[in-house]
Amino acid sequence: MKVLTVKNLNVEFGGTRVIEDLNLEVEQGEVLAIIGPNGAGKTVLIKSLIGIIPHRGEITWAPGVKTGYVPQRMDIETDIPLTVKEFFRLRGRQATDAKIAETLEFVQLAPDILKKGFGEISVGQRQRVLVAWAVLGAPDVLIFDEPTADIDIAGQESIYKMLYNLQKNIGLTVILVSHDLNVVYKHAQTVLCLNKKNLCFGAPKEVLSSEQILALYGGEGAFFHHRHET
Amino acid sequence: MENILLPMIVAAFVAASASLLGSFAILKRMALVGDALSHVALPGMALALLFRFNPFIGAVAFLFVTVVGIWVVEYRSSLSLDTIVGVFFTASLAAGALVMPEHDLIEALFGNITELTLSESVFSIALSVFLIGLILSIYKKLALNMVSEEIAQSIGIRNRMLEFVYLLSFALAVALGIRFVGALLMGSLVIIPAASAKNVARSLRSFMAASVVFGVLAASAGIYVSHLYSMTPGPIFIMISSAIFLATLIIRQVRRPLGRAS
Repeated sequence: MKVLTVKNLNVEFGGTRVIEDLNLEVEQGEVLAIIGPNGAGKTVLIKSLIGIIPHRGEITWAPGVKTGYVPQRMDIETDIPLTVKEFFRLRGRQATDAKIAETLEFVQLAPDILKKGFGEISVGQRQRVLVAWAVLGAPDVLIFDEPTADIDIAGQESIYKMLYNLQKNIGLTVILVSHDLNVVYKHAQTVLCLNKKNLCFGAPKEVLSSEQILALYGGEGAFFHHRHET
Repeated sequence: MENILLPMIVAAFVAASASLLGSFAILKRMALVGDALSHVALPGMALALLFRFNPFIGAVAFLFVTVVGIWVVEYRSSLSLDTIVGVFFTASLAAGALVMPEHDLIEALFGNITELTLSESVFSIALSVFLIGLILSIYKKLALNMVSEEIAQSIGIRNRMLEFVYLLSFALAVALGIRFVGALLMGSLVIIPAASAKNVARSLRSFMAASVVFGVLAASAGIYVSHLYSMTPGPIFIMISSAIFLATLIIRQVRRPLGRAS
């Protein structure tokens, strides 16, 4: 079953095309990885999918599909007066104590994090809290924007492992932006190479030739020395 | 004592609604916008005095137009809000000061709550209670909007509508507070209690509660002290508020030594 169909998607900012005639489909239960160089439109695509950016073209979710969204980054003061528990509570009535405890287990966080300040915890911990927050809404599709930005290598590995477990255990469909080709090969059933346009789309082992990767990243090795845009 | 009891109660309610709204202005990092916004009320009040209608209505009308303006600028144009606020709002303070009849100017700039009539007092309390209820009914959405607009939008919160409701409430609170502290000091009524609360609170609930408590405390103490020494209550309120701010700042510094401050 298809959960998402995108047809002729176009996004413009002030006259500049950021995404051009993009087509793609996502099957239920699969992991779709979106890869591409900085400024390729990955975040824009994700934001279009959840409907927070104006766009032209068709984005059709299967009827009744609920999405959970984990943003790329948050600009938060370290002394923001908000505890992690309160952050969960902002979701509304769904966020019961039992539910919160259950989702914290999913993302492998100890319960004592609930008492900490939302601005005090590490970036990696906050990423997990955000995943838990999204999972709390019982989504069918989880959408991650660059889940590894600002997190060290060990943190990256474990967050992907956690994602993979979530996909396996609760049958989530996952759409993620990734910088790590190993992750794409290991966990994604489908990969989308994006640079304004859809440059390749399919199973990673079939579509990701070294020529393709070179074409996508411009052959300057930018991919392997990825610096995060601010 | 009985002739200051009513102003004290009114001031407490007005301060409670203003500091509750202020706590979100602090979270949203729009403290200065709030301060400057209060200046816009002055020309409205001046025109009302000139044409002999209620200054509150004049203030609300001007604030309403400004709030719609802020909202449109934020979403429709690429101009920086700070720039517009800096130029336009101080200009309107100047215009208001020129148009305002001279004998009313000091009161408009610095307020005087002790001259409220009974019906005005009842109206002020009722509107304050309404504003407090409104903010409490949407505070979770507001907080989420301030933590991340994207996440808020992703779960179906209409950010623009929410921000508009917030700005409107803000405008009403300003119009209310102006009788108390005046157009010049109104920003402090909104901002200082919340800024003090942020120094000592770690959770959202305690932050909101502390902000209201500090506001109410400073407001009623301000009325009392100003009555004792027959002075204008507005400036006294600000002085007490600032003293509370200093105290909370010291508490904050003691709690987190310089090395850990970030």
